[in-house]
Amino acid sequence: VSAPTILGIVGSVVVLVALFEMMRRHRLREKYAVLWFFVAMGVLALALFPDLLTGLAEIAGVAVPANLLFFMASLVLLVLTLQHSYELGRLEEKTRTLAEEVALLRLELTKLTAEQASEPSPDE
Amino acid sequence: MSGAADPGVYSAPVTPDAEPTPPLGRVLVIIPAWNEQASLAATIADIRLTNPAVDILVVDDGSADRTASVAEAAGALVCRLPFNLGVGGAMRTGYRYALRHGYDVAVQIDADGQHDPRYLPSLLDRLDEADLVIGARFAGEGERYRVSFLRGLAMKLLAWTLTRMARNRLTDVTSGFRVANRRAAALFAAHYPAEYLGDTVESTVIAIRAGCTVTQVPVEMRVRQAGQASQTSLRAALYLARAVVALALALVRDWPDAELPAEEPREGS
Repeated sequence: VSAPTILGIVGSVVVLVALFEMMRRHRLREKYAVLWFFVAMGVLALALFPDLLTGLAEIAGVAVPANLLFFMASLVLLVLTLQHSYELGRLEEKTRTLAEEVALLRLELTKLTAEQASEPSPDE
Repeated sequence: MSGAADPGVYSAPVTPDAEPTPPLGRVLVIIPAWNEQASLAATIADIRLTNPAVDILVVDDGSADRTASVAEAAGALVCRLPFNLGVGGAMRTGYRYALRHGYDVAVQIDADGQHDPRYLPSLLDRLDEADLVIGARFAGEGERYRVSFLRGLAMKLLAWTLTRMARNRLTDVTSGFRVANRRAAALFAAHYPAEYLGDTVESTVIAIRAGCTVTQVPVEMRVRQAGQASQTSLRAALYLARAVVALALALVRDWPDAELPAEEPREGS
């Protein structure tokens, strides 16, 4: 068994164990876990069957198979970061809406309390 | 941002308006304020003196100073945002309040006192023919307002594009002195951008694309005492770039149909 194979197997297994542990502790939501699960499985497949990579490189016309690997890896990371930026933007918009709502509710509450304080209670 | 021109001094009214309160219904003045304790009291007093019939809502945009208590002491309604959202967030909060409490007109006035509330009646007057009226600096009055070349270029670009879109002369779309009727306020309560320059430029574009009529009224701005309105050339260049980006985005952005949202049920009553 070659060194790169062991490296690939160890890497993907670490990711899979981490995923499982995070899911178990409710630290990771399923939709993100699925994504990383497929990434880990891909790494595992390439580690176990290196011919897969050389075959793909030949089809794609890439002379050095490792370069194809790096290219695909950076592409995956790019897409993932973009997706995170999108999620972040959505969260910011939601936070903004909540903050506005909280401010409006607080104002209503202040007005109500002031009204009640100025009115004498009925049983007195 | 501090020390508005002293509110005690008034020359003759600018608009010889016979009617004390135009039959417009209830008017809410929204003042977005972020760390404006120095000028806010004078601004509120000024508005109350010149326009006694309007209600004033100060939206405290996560200030670290005494903005909220100063506003309360001056007799305004105060809405406190839990953290800083920018003018866009503060204004959307204000429009939502206006809508929920059945106001007919929502006015935006800056807290630093650069907008002279004596012009408010002349802006309100134009609501008979428009949904959104902007108090504009370059439309004849207040010629001494000078800007750098690049900033001027940005403003010309914005003015040219939005004038084409609105089919009405709009010379100063970055002005934060504006009056919206119920239709425009309902639109802004749902869609009001939070990004820099988005609050003024993009909201105007949204209004136009939703079919609102947008027009302007010339106003004279007061000189900001401590304000440094990005006058270095680097800042001016940055402003130009931001203006171009904001404008381009506003033009291509897909606003959810830009249709008028269904009116929210009023609270209380």
